[in-house]
Amino acid sequence: MSEITDLGVAAIRDGFRDGDFSAVEVAEAFNANVAAAKQLNAFIVETPEHALAAADAADQERAGGSVRPLSGVPLGIKDLFCTDGVQTTAASHILEGFVPAYESTVSERLFLAGAGMLGKLNMDQFAMGSSNETSAFGNVLSPWRRNDGGNAALTPGGSSGGSASAVAARLAPGVTGTDTGGSIRQPAAFTGISGIKPTYGRCSRWGIVAFASSLDQAGPMARDARDCAILLEAMSGFDPKDSTSLDVPVPAWEDNLSSSLKGKRVGVPKEYRVDGMPAEIEKLWERGIDMMRDAGAEIVEVSLPHTKYALPTYYIIAPAEASSNLARYDGVRYGLRDLPDGANLQEMYAATRADGFGAEVRRRILIGTYVLSAGFYDAYYTKAQKVRALIARDFEQAWNACDLLLTPTAPSAAFALGEKNADPIAMYLNDVFTVPSSLAGLPAMSVPGGLDSAGLPLGLQIIGKPLDEQSVLNAGLAIEERAGFTARAGRWW
Amino acid sequence: MSVSAEDVRKIASLARIAVTEDQVASMVPELNNILGWIEQLGEVNTDGVEPLAAVIPNTLRLRDDVVTDGNVRDKVLANAPQAEHGFFAVPKVIE
Repeated sequence: MSEITDLGVAAIRDGFRDGDFSAVEVAEAFNANVAAAKQLNAFIVETPEHALAAADAADQERAGGSVRPLSGVPLGIKDLFCTDGVQTTAASHILEGFVPAYESTVSERLFLAGAGMLGKLNMDQFAMGSSNETSAFGNVLSPWRRNDGGNAALTPGGSSGGSASAVAARLAPGVTGTDTGGSIRQPAAFTGISGIKPTYGRCSRWGIVAFASSLDQAGPMARDARDCAILLEAMSGFDPKDSTSLDVPVPAWEDNLSSSLKGKRVGVPKEYRVDGMPAEIEKLWERGIDMMRDAGAEIVEVSLPHTKYALPTYYIIAPAEASSNLARYDGVRYGLRDLPDGANLQEMYAATRADGFGAEVRRRILIGTYVLSAGFYDAYYTKAQKVRALIARDFEQAWNACDLLLTPTAPSAAFALGEKNADPIAMYLNDVFTVPSSLAGLPAMSVPGGLDSAGLPLGLQIIGKPLDEQSVLNAGLAIEERAGFTARAGRWW
Repeated sequence: MSVSAEDVRKIASLARIAVTEDQVASMVPELNNILGWIEQLGEVNTDGVEPLAAVIPNTLRLRDDVVTDGNVRDKVLANAPQAEHGFFAVPKVIE
């Protein structure tokens, strides 16, 4: 048998049920990989005892003849999910030392399904970033390196960078991520793994540190489409504690997986052929189209005319909502307090927030405060909400002609740390292909499509109709079967 | 529209974030760069378009008006930087 840590979620679940190994053996193997990978800085807090306790419970239950859906499977949890009794910081200094007295709905569902927790995963601070360089706990490194013999440290993408790095480096078979404008899909693409953002409202936002509430969605990241389906099933479902949670049944996504796309029409949006798109991305996209066709789909060209306005719309709406959500960090109820000598209450607020928030978070709070301020609200915020309506309408019209959309996930492969952080807009442009579907609340997935000439993974994105995660996962599986992506990062850490 | 140093000080004060003069000086071009970029939305004709607030149609629910939570004072205070006598404590507000 291969090493346990080479197995994915489905293989661990099934192997555990078949008695090939114990849950404790699995937990110990992944705990060891986590402990040996400090150089990647994928975890902020490691919780080997949590993984072992869940594994021990799973072993005892199995001895008694019962197993749960995720018995035996240890997972990494992004540090945006509040975890009862385990520090949760959103990778920000302002929440350092915060230990929630409650469990987020999504992590609670996973644990009730039998999963254990390997630790809390590093990320961009408050999920604001596309390269995991805004964390207060240091950059996460991608396990991947270019094949040019150099040792340039590459980004795992962001904001779910620790999540992506952990799965790619075999520190966890599956993890949670969150996606506001691409934070699951772009890091999945950069590290050669799969990740799905479900329809807005599928996964409860309760207990997830809020960034932009009308966009934030949790989702799984794992090695393949089946593992994503298994985890998403466990994470999804109605939650009365989240007012935007959808009260709809959770389909049996795993049981209904099928890589046949017969009868499906796959749209290729012409506006996604952006200026200056690298030839390798263009080639990957063409290969993806061929794979869809080979799986039985009919290919149609569609138009999403407002695509180019998605990023500026996002960079009004997301900072506006963030400036409101992050008003709660005031040095009074939790987290950091910075009280200069003789300071009054207002000065304490200002000092705490200046000290506690990183530069990118401060920048977005200021933008958000400005676009919501008296006199500018209509010109920026209301305008952006109107353009958002047009972007959503573009997709609705496209669904008259197709059932799914296929695009690249990101405009490039992973870049080197430090390469793009001098210019915020250059960094924001990374999310050009992922933001439109976020604004429209649609399910969207990234799956590995191939390698570029430097040996780095490239991802293909599938976007589906609201609540049609099944077709998205099926198309992901169809690509997976045809791309034959088996490359992995060689171990240097 | 563009922001001046005075505007940045005002925004920072509204956001309750202390800024040094050096930070103000570097934030003015930074924010103007971003604001200039997002202003391209002005090109889009949005006459008669309703602003989109809820992206997936959903109705806000009502529930019975009953207590579902509570009696967790100590848990609520457990993470406070300063808690005294069962309350959050802050610097003196009224002299």
